[in-house]
Amino acid sequence: MVSSQIIILAIIATSLATFISRFMGALTSEKVSVKSKVFQWFNCVAYSTLAALLGRMIIFPAGVLSDSELVIRLIVLITCVGIFIFTKKNLVIPTILSAIFLSFLNNF
Amino acid sequence: MINPKTFLQGLKSLKGTKSPAIPLGACFIALGALLKDAGFNLQQSAASSLFTYALPGQLVMAESLLVGASILNIFIAVWLVNFRLYPMTVSLFPLLEHKSQPKWKYYLSCHFLAVSSWLIAKDSYKKIDKKHRIDFWIGIGIGTWSTAIIMTVAGYLSADYLNKDMLIGLAIVNPVYFFCMMIGAMKNLSVSIAVIGGTILGPSIYLISTEWALLFAGLIAGTIAFLFGGKNG
Repeated sequence: MVSSQIIILAIIATSLATFISRFMGALTSEKVSVKSKVFQWFNCVAYSTLAALLGRMIIFPAGVLSDSELVIRLIVLITCVGIFIFTKKNLVIPTILSAIFLSFLNNF
Repeated sequence: MINPKTFLQGLKSLKGTKSPAIPLGACFIALGALLKDAGFNLQQSAASSLFTYALPGQLVMAESLLVGASILNIFIAVWLVNFRLYPMTVSLFPLLEHKSQPKWKYYLSCHFLAVSSWLIAKDSYKKIDKKHRIDFWIGIGIGTWSTAIIMTVAGYLSADYLNKDMLIGLAIVNPVYFFCMMIGAMKNLSVSIAVIGGTILGPSIYLISTEWALLFAGLIAGTIAFLFGGKNG
């Protein structure tokens, strides 16, 4: 078991490491015009970094998700994205179904 | 100060068919249960979501603590995984800028920057009058942030009643929601290239470097999307 003091230090370190990126972003934003090329580049990098994170979360997940099979996660993801498109971009149905579907397939 | 009507409009984004409340609830319940397993008490778990409010970083923190990593290592690992928040902020905040608004609103509300709030704001900022967009953002942020904190507490308290299958089910909700939102955002060539390129490069570079994968994949795929996607970003 990790000691309470270490946990508090870890929370502070994690919060600082996270806030730095957000705050630096807020400062940089003051100098970036919406119409500039720099803004467009940041927009592309933001979407691709996010996509990279999501790709990693599905292929190499952290936490409990790593106890499920990759092929099952891919089946659930593709099915739910299909439902999202089929239901004209309703997000509630595919997200709820994804949890039920994965729990079910994982025991199959 | 804050325009109440626009603020409420932002807060109301928690409702409806694009609601981020379900995926946020699901993943933070799973996180609350995980933090309890990692030896956190209730206050520490709530404080983690209150002050950090960035799930991948919190997962890295919990897993690093369990393997006995040093505080400096945790700081670096979290910084690398949460560095995505920097380009995300720069690609959103200029859209919310208005010279009549005080700077403290931007400096404080950048804490609400997370994938869910960012995707919602990017999806709906055009409907809001430029002058009050920052208040709309604060509304979205307060809604998503408080959902995350409350659900972390709920997850902690219900940890004993959640079995492994339920936790696995909860953990998939978040990536599925984000993927759907990203596909919804692929309305032009540059964003489409960025999303597809990032999805392929993220896991590929992860095979070479686990820590630097996100940063390099984001930079490479984003720059390719910028160069080939034209001006309609």
